[in-house]
Amino acid sequence: MTATVPALEEHFEHTIERDQRIEPRDWVPEGYRKTMIRQIAQHAHSEIIGMQPEGNWITRAPSLRRKAILLAKVQDEAGHGLYLYSAAATLGADRADLTDKLITGRQKYSSIFNYPTLTFADVGVIGWLVDGAAICNQVPLCRSSYGPYARAMIRICKEESFHQRQGYELLMTMMKGTDQQREMVQEAVNRWWWPSLMMFGPPDADSPNTAQSMAWKVKRHTNDELRQRFVDMSVPQAEALGVTFPDPDLKWNAERGHYDFGAVDWDEFKNVLKGNGPCNAQRIAHRRRAHEDGAWVREAAVAHAGKKERK
Amino acid sequence: MTELTSEGGHGAVPLEGVPAAPGPVKHDWPLYEVFVRGKRGLNHVHVGSLHAADDQMALHHARDLYTRRNEGVSIWVVRAADITASSPDEKDPFFAPSGDKVYRHPTFYDIPEDVPHI
Repeated sequence: MTATVPALEEHFEHTIERDQRIEPRDWVPEGYRKTMIRQIAQHAHSEIIGMQPEGNWITRAPSLRRKAILLAKVQDEAGHGLYLYSAAATLGADRADLTDKLITGRQKYSSIFNYPTLTFADVGVIGWLVDGAAICNQVPLCRSSYGPYARAMIRICKEESFHQRQGYELLMTMMKGTDQQREMVQEAVNRWWWPSLMMFGPPDADSPNTAQSMAWKVKRHTNDELRQRFVDMSVPQAEALGVTFPDPDLKWNAERGHYDFGAVDWDEFKNVLKGNGPCNAQRIAHRRRAHEDGAWVREAAVAHAGKKERK
Repeated sequence: MTELTSEGGHGAVPLEGVPAAPGPVKHDWPLYEVFVRGKRGLNHVHVGSLHAADDQMALHHARDLYTRRNEGVSIWVVRAADITASSPDEKDPFFAPSGDKVYRHPTFYDIPEDVPHI
């Protein structure tokens, strides 16, 4: 039985309207397939590149406890990348090809990972703010209309909660330490606050594509809604920790029931995205080197498997 | 401004000029599907897929990838190429035989309210 395209399209729209999930072998419009591959691949790349800023501190973690935690967290990021590559594969994307597109710069990853981790406090702030912002973005994605992506996101969100809590706990420990340690935390917060707000993307007025993504239920809230939610969540956490955010305009607005905050510097954001961030080149070079240095291992494993099969 | 969105989970990524069509298949390791039994008494459930050079490596990768937090007591891996699946295109005719047999459900039968335990 071959259904006509309008009939298939109607079935697709109907499935989404009823809040049912699209599954791998369903017919989908080409635009939906491309949107999902792009979204999932860029998310996967972000997880994989996201290992680097924190991986930087594994050998220099101040205690065995912190080292074990950091190792587990970075391993989780690798796992998240793999869940996502696996979800992208269900749409017909090939993982090796996606890796190729990453290391040749044709597909992107979140610009937040192009900032350096200068002190150990950065590890804590990344867990608290960067992973906190990621959680705001990701929780709604657990209801994405694409089944494999939604399921991967459920796993990821569960694990992400550990990431955020270990970061906050690390910062609490430092805040109980010396003046120098407290300064280190505040300085790291100052550097990461604005880039964290940029993670939600440009204001809604500049995001015309959001409408289609919302209609397809691959995006559930607008950039500004999520950013506001993140700010509202973070302010009391900062107060509990004893740090401030570097924004003189940040204040409670009783009328709106939300915190007001200052304007994000989108020029900086665009510039980092263009490849001019502090670490863009380094991140890709590192990923490429790891991939190329691992080539002989992949080949040897295939040769070994072939030899065993012939026996 | 280049169009951007936060759709990528970990933050804003560009929408324009990013190739998204499925590319050529060049993986050197076959694809395996992974099934995990969460605990005794439960069925194995599909959790995702991974690439591995052989069955043994697939099991090890599945353990590292899908059971980092005691999510399983048993794992099955099977080459994706060895799975035969029904096609969504033939969904209606394929499942039609069970569609019209309402008498297979207990609710099909009217039993008086005062008859106990049935």
